[in-house]
Amino acid sequence: MNNIIKLVWLIPVLPLIGFLINGLGRKALSKTLSGYIGSAVVLGSFVLSFLVFLQVKNGASATVHFFNFIDLSTFKIAFDFKIDQLSTLFLLIITGVGFLIHVYSTAYMHDEEGMNFAKYFAYLNLFVFSMLLLVMGGNFVIMFIGWEGVGLCSYLLIGYWYRNTNYTDAANKAFIMNRIGDLGFLLALFWLISKLGTVQYDDIFTTASLAKLSAKDITGITLLLFVGATGKSAQIPLFTWLPDAMAGPTPVSALIHAATMVTAGIYMIARSNALFSLAHQTQTIISIVGLATALLAASIAIKQNDIKKVLAYSTVSQLGFMFVALGTGNYVAAVFHVLTHAFFKALMFLGSGSVIHAMGGEQDIRKMGGLHKHMKITSITFLIGCLAISGIPGFSGFFSKDEILAGAYGHSTLLYSITLFAALLTAFYMFRLYIITFTGKFRGTHDQEHHLHESPKAMTIPLIILGILSVIGGYVGVPEVLGGHHELAAYLSPVVKSAEHHLSHNTEFMLMGLSTILVVISISFAWARFRNYSIEGEAKGLGSLLENKWYVDEIYQKIILNPLKSISAFFNNIIESKLIDGAVNGVGKMINYGSRQLRWLQSGQVGGYVLLMVIGMLILFFIQLFL
Amino acid sequence: MDIKAYIILSLVLFTIGIIGVLVRRNAIIIFMCVELMLNAVNLLLVAFSKMHALSSAVKASPGYASDAQIFVFFIMVVAAAEVSVGLAIIVMMYRNVHTVDVNFLNRLKN
Repeated sequence: MNNIIKLVWLIPVLPLIGFLINGLGRKALSKTLSGYIGSAVVLGSFVLSFLVFLQVKNGASATVHFFNFIDLSTFKIAFDFKIDQLSTLFLLIITGVGFLIHVYSTAYMHDEEGMNFAKYFAYLNLFVFSMLLLVMGGNFVIMFIGWEGVGLCSYLLIGYWYRNTNYTDAANKAFIMNRIGDLGFLLALFWLISKLGTVQYDDIFTTASLAKLSAKDITGITLLLFVGATGKSAQIPLFTWLPDAMAGPTPVSALIHAATMVTAGIYMIARSNALFSLAHQTQTIISIVGLATALLAASIAIKQNDIKKVLAYSTVSQLGFMFVALGTGNYVAAVFHVLTHAFFKALMFLGSGSVIHAMGGEQDIRKMGGLHKHMKITSITFLIGCLAISGIPGFSGFFSKDEILAGAYGHSTLLYSITLFAALLTAFYMFRLYIITFTGKFRGTHDQEHHLHESPKAMTIPLIILGILSVIGGYVGVPEVLGGHHELAAYLSPVVKSAEHHLSHNTEFMLMGLSTILVVISISFAWARFRNYSIEGEAKGLGSLLENKWYVDEIYQKIILNPLKSISAFFNNIIESKLIDGAVNGVGKMINYGSRQLRWLQSGQVGGYVLLMVIGMLILFFIQLFL
Repeated sequence: MDIKAYIILSLVLFTIGIIGVLVRRNAIIIFMCVELMLNAVNLLLVAFSKMHALSSAVKASPGYASDAQIFVFFIMVVAAAEVSVGLAIIVMMYRNVHTVDVNFLNRLKN
């Protein structure tokens, strides 16, 4: 135990070393070498994480202290790592999926120049480092450092092709929207510090210290933390950056904007579950926001034609599901869905990358079709991903989604039915995507058809591994009703205490059966609708509303950006030029004018001077004698 | 005699001097007015000196009783020297511009 815990610092430091080597040596390293270094360091972290996991799964946990990050004698922030079941699970997801995506990237990014290639791996390693810091941190401040670090890397990687202005705009958008959420997180930290004087998890999440917080404090802190989570995890109202973030290279979308970074908000809330369980109003808000996001994003995904946009909205929607689980106090289900979602969504993003690679950079699914016969591995693994996300029994998504639905049912029937509806939409748009892309006739140009090919091994092997994980990943949490023991819940039980919901076995069977039947109907509907897909004309009515993403961006433009711009224009034109410039220039003008008038006193007439002198003296006498 | 009478006299003399300097333009008259002001001050010094000499505080140390009167002699000497210089300037001025009007000389300006 102790030996591994002593080496725990290596887990984040290895990717940091990779970042330094790749970043500093980007001109000297060959492409093969920087790819190897980038992947090897993450593999090293994965191996270490796995060794830690073997220790931790028996119920051990530790807080490893390194040094005091800030020491003000009355207030200390320690640089600690918290090694427990929750953080170790995330370590495995990050390093495991991260490693596969690094390997995939070596092939996907092969057309980049040597220097940019190394830069890409440097950023990716830095991201893994920050993300590990985020989940391993033993207090909120270390988490915040990682939180900001992943935001930075997300910005750098979205704007990786920085010569394209649209891409850099998307990067800015992601960064700025994240900052809004970060502000909430920071305020929550300050609130915690002012009330409890500590940010250490071990100190905060104790009954004694939670009792020190009034109900108002708890609601305020949890709401502010949730604002932070909406920024990072792309929930209403801060979700619009995530679809735009697809400007980055596809493996980046898979790693950062599907599997890991966007789940940081869920990790944070799951980590603070002791706090959130006390705040019932916040929980209600979380489930409403999560539900609205799940529904809104799923409805948008139905009409998108960019393969990555569909996946992006699907990610937003799935994150919404996780927040519904968090809001219903079903933390284990949320973490479970993070795990399975990391597998199947990374799989689908990498699959879409493989498609884009084969299509020579084309992302519009209207110009694809019939790709199954050209790229069987990609097609089959993608299908597995679709089945998993739709919640077909036997695949990983079924177990986690069913648990979320069961939790929602235990809470209220209305919540359950809307969540179920969003889940049906998920099945529909995922199969729309699959059917349009992989079946039917090819609709692209002749050149593209000639060029179609299966991707190299470095890309297909991660796909196969993720495909297998997407199938078996759910079996860590087989519910009791199906004869399992829910190992994940047992594993997480020392850290995460889910709200208990007792549904009879019959009800659970009924729920599973209902959702399965409806999902199958939804898929067959998609099959019937899109089997003979041909390019459609302009959508009308609701269709055009969905195609234009409910005009959310335009609404933000109207109600936030435009007023801000006019206020800035007002300050620039009126306050700045009239008031401030006026004051500054006015002082100068006044002095100029005054001196021009005073100049006449210097007449050169001695008599005048004497007269003034006498008058002055008389005034002095007057003051002296009579005042 | 009451000290007030001396003060008023010297005040009148000083005021006449100032008004003369301000109002007249003839250099010689201005010069005389300056002298008048000097002498008004002299008169005041002597008067105060005499007053102090009679007061009890000075009686204890009579050595200082006539200091101010000696001062007045100094002033007279300096004033005499100044008059000689001043008159010399006025003479030179008359020789050059054939007038003793002070306003005429402001052409030194610019």
